[in-house]
Amino acid sequence: MTEFDSLMQGMSLIMTPGHIGLMVIGVLLGILVGVLPGLGAPNGVALLLPLTFTMSPVSAIILLSCMYWGALFGGSITSILFNIPGEPSSVATTFDGYPMARQGKAAEALTAAFTSALLGALVGVLLLTFLSSRIAAFAMEFSSPEFFAVYLLAFCTFIGMSKNPPLKTVVSMMIGFAMAAIGMDTVSGDLRLTFDQPWLLSGMSFEVAVIGLFGIGEILCTVEEGLVFRGEHVKITPMVILRTWKKMPRYWLTWLRSTLVGCWMGITPGGPTAASFMSYSLARRFSKNRENFGKGELEGVIAPETADHSAGTSALLPMLTLGIPGSATAAVMLGGLMIWGLHPGPTLFTEQHDFVWGLIASMYLGNVVSLIVVLATVPLFASILRIPFSIIAPIIIMVCAIGAYSVHNSMFDVGMMLVFGALGYLFKKLGYPIAPLVLAAVLGDKAEDAFRQSMLFSNGELGIFWSNPLVGGLTTAALLMLFWPLIARGIKALGNLKGARVQRAAP
Amino acid sequence: MRNVYGRRLTHLFAACTLFCASALPALAAWQPDKNVEILVAGGPGGGTDQLGRLIQSIITQHNLLNVSTVVMNKGGGNGAEAFLDMKLTQGDAERLVIGTNNVYLLPLVAKLGYQWSDLTPVAAVAEDDFILWTYQDAPWKDAKSYYEAVKADASNMRMGGSQSKDVDQTLTLLLNQTTGSKLVYIPFKSGSEAAIQLAGKHITSNVNNPSESLSQWKGNQLQPLCVFSRERMAYPEKVTADKSWADIPTCKEQGLGVEQYRFPRTVFMPGGVSDEQRAFYVELMRKVSQTPEFKEYLTRNALVPTFLEGKDLVTYIEKDSARVTPVFTEAGWLRK
Repeated sequence: MTEFDSLMQGMSLIMTPGHIGLMVIGVLLGILVGVLPGLGAPNGVALLLPLTFTMSPVSAIILLSCMYWGALFGGSITSILFNIPGEPSSVATTFDGYPMARQGKAAEALTAAFTSALLGALVGVLLLTFLSSRIAAFAMEFSSPEFFAVYLLAFCTFIGMSKNPPLKTVVSMMIGFAMAAIGMDTVSGDLRLTFDQPWLLSGMSFEVAVIGLFGIGEILCTVEEGLVFRGEHVKITPMVILRTWKKMPRYWLTWLRSTLVGCWMGITPGGPTAASFMSYSLARRFSKNRENFGKGELEGVIAPETADHSAGTSALLPMLTLGIPGSATAAVMLGGLMIWGLHPGPTLFTEQHDFVWGLIASMYLGNVVSLIVVLATVPLFASILRIPFSIIAPIIIMVCAIGAYSVHNSMFDVGMMLVFGALGYLFKKLGYPIAPLVLAAVLGDKAEDAFRQSMLFSNGELGIFWSNPLVGGLTTAALLMLFWPLIARGIKALGNLKGARVQRAAP
Repeated sequence: MRNVYGRRLTHLFAACTLFCASALPALAAWQPDKNVEILVAGGPGGGTDQLGRLIQSIITQHNLLNVSTVVMNKGGGNGAEAFLDMKLTQGDAERLVIGTNNVYLLPLVAKLGYQWSDLTPVAAVAEDDFILWTYQDAPWKDAKSYYEAVKADASNMRMGGSQSKDVDQTLTLLLNQTTGSKLVYIPFKSGSEAAIQLAGKHITSNVNNPSESLSQWKGNQLQPLCVFSRERMAYPEKVTADKSWADIPTCKEQGLGVEQYRFPRTVFMPGGVSDEQRAFYVELMRKVSQTPEFKEYLTRNALVPTFLEGKDLVTYIEKDSARVTPVFTEAGWLRK
């Protein structure tokens, strides 16, 4: 097996004390930027990039990719503890992670999140190791209609599998679409909804919206409900990690499903956000404990985290083999590759053998190193919840403000964050779900571009979405997901009818 | 005695003053005394971003500045965000913006609240060629037969490119105008996306810059048909097994109407800065463009080594704007 030989070569290349040291530094820095909401992996990687110009490309990519893993892990910490997702892709982790933290099961939620994240990431790396050339060929099949179908699938799964009133979900989603439309439109080249304001040119930033909607909104609600953070005073010992591990194997089906969703979304550039939402929706629909979802179900943490990380990892595949970044961080790293004189694309694997296999080997090690580092910090982070709310709340608001500021280094974003905070509070009070808004804001722009490009391809014929088995299958699956509640009801009714007939016929 | 001494003293003073005066221009030649901010008029990872970060790394490695540099991306509105930001800091000589021809073409097509004349042009440090690409094993073997096919029936042919109302679409319009063809243009987010769409045979051609399609060419997924330049490209080293950049015929040889089409990589400063300050950055950019790292960057991306500043640059900008204005008018893009 040639891939296996190459991997071993890569391993021997990076198994030097210097490189392992870089890995640990990268992971620690990554956790730091991941924990600070808004700073996030893309900004962290961009900040570190100038430092790497003098390094060898292999050392540089080890440092940067380990920072990426660290940030992905770090992002779940604040989602679970404070309901503040650092990036849109960890929004789905808050749905059950935060309720668990409130019930005093923060340590369990963190352990489950980190462990399933590692498992998800490892599958992504395995894919990258052994199937990269085949997957690259498959990814080339994708054009605008296929992209649109993938996004449609993500939206429809979310609506069809949702428990919220459909109308409220739609309203929230529409606000998200409107947000996504702000700024320069790719297809027409016109500015939309900018009202001649320069700060709207680059569009609304998801990070700021997410910090406001979740972080500030949550604090406002907590203040209203009486100044207590309802984290129970449970004793936190390292034993809790082992106890959680013992529970996890029973969720193997959820894990498998989430991995598949994650890898699929990572390769077809749906991205980690779509993956984590979709995987959560599917888990909620098909789990045995579906009643408990949203109230602190361990499975509800495992599903999005696994999908997020397997998507984040497999997003590097299109970047390396095609030169198309699957995520914002991948885009920054891609820029780095070019500066080091490497052209990503079909020839990278053969021309830059050492570099590519060094990177892949460092993904295996980097993820394991990340897990060890973050698990060691679980008791520390979980005990933060014991600090009285009146002390922790101002700190959270400050951290949120710093995070919002650092997205574009602009004070305006801090104001925006407060506006979103008020909106988040309103949404919660009126029972509107926030998640569809985030999903639509992140994917809306891309979905719109893909749709309009498809229309240019087909001269306006909708038939293009059924023009080949791939896109046809995706579109049909999307519609099935959308109408699943009706279909499920229909099947049930049919079953009852048959049952009744059989009963009647029996005597 | 005393008198003589006094006179000597006066002489000494006079000499000293003279000396100081002569040394003055050297001492007072303007230098930045705060960190220099390099704005990139494009998102992270794109071509403009790479140039911005390359300039930063060259300045750092060769100690060309005695202050630090900070790179910031402001890619909103195809780069308009960065230029507007520059306009707001009138007279601030510690800021540069790296862009392309978007700095003077964007205000023509979108209502943005700035003109390129609100900023100070420093230099154009390189130019990008445009190449007409198609996929490997396409039924047409050269640009001539491709355009004959397009003229015959373009209903199943699509031209892809990066962004809308930008260089790629302008070139497509120019081609449609001069050859009388009706090729539909599909805008994608970036040149690399257009390259993949072409490699997957979803579109039939694109007009990517050399570096945007380099790896697909090497990987035998794409082939160049012709380059939009008066003479062939100057890089004779083999890229694929048997072809180099210099082997690509020019589009003029192939009988396409567009003789030359390039875009400059530009560096601008805010408006209202002194000539001395501008001259300082012109020299800085000249030094940057003469380093081996920069030359390697040119070769790697097959760029045209152009260096324009001062009047030449202004003439270039005016000529380029005048050339595309009728195209924009006809397409209905020109902002009234």
